[in-house]
Amino acid sequence: MDDRVILKVGAKILIPFILLFALYVQFHGDYGPGGGFQAGVIFAAGIVLYALVFGLDRALRVMPFKVAYVCGALGVSIYLGVGFVAMAMGGEFLNYNALNADPAKGQHYGIIGIELGVLVTVFGVMLALFYAFAGRRRIDP
Amino acid sequence: MEMVLEVLSWISICGGLFFMLVGTIGILRLPDVYTRLHAAGMTDTMGAGFLILGLCFQAISGMMHDHPSWWTVLVRLVLIYAFLLFTSPIATHALARAGLAGGVEPWTNERGEG
Repeated sequence: MDDRVILKVGAKILIPFILLFALYVQFHGDYGPGGGFQAGVIFAAGIVLYALVFGLDRALRVMPFKVAYVCGALGVSIYLGVGFVAMAMGGEFLNYNALNADPAKGQHYGIIGIELGVLVTVFGVMLALFYAFAGRRRIDP
Repeated sequence: MEMVLEVLSWISICGGLFFMLVGTIGILRLPDVYTRLHAAGMTDTMGAGFLILGLCFQAISGMMHDHPSWWTVLVRLVLIYAFLLFTSPIATHALARAGLAGGVEPWTNERGEG
């Protein structure tokens, strides 16, 4: 019988809701407090909680190092991509108005794309930071 | 109706603040980790519980007339309380375990008197 059963069951119940709450913060960012940065941190916190309760090895099987690095780069690419799409559609770099015939709709699409980029990057970098610190060997003096 | 909700709401909020105050004094005054954890746990369940109850009354009385979607605030408050009921005992449990694993001795009366 594992002696950390309360923590494990509690984490198993809570982690799906943490990830769902991150998406809520992400998509509610248009109307209230929230946005890509906070959502990315909360999403990473879900994985960090998993790593703390179940151990780093199991967390690395769920979200390998590589995923963190790729996410960190992918988010910046999405951000840049939105900027270049705006350029390709006849506006300046990151001019959301050019993304749609209706400028208000263009602003909406633009901010959703940007926030998605921020979410992915912040998630990746937070996770990479945590892995970098958690993976260090203890040095005995 | 409005008046009753308002009074109930303020009674609940003041009750919640009272428990928060007691919990804070407990955290500052009690002698060791485990007794302080006890005080902090009380703050979470009773203090936050009454505060959220008071906010529920506020949501009902203040928003029922102007906002057709007033109940979404209520649902969110109830969800917050439900998650608080899960997370705060688990966090307290984890802290107590960590204290025990770290070799913190529980405080006892030094003279051995009850």
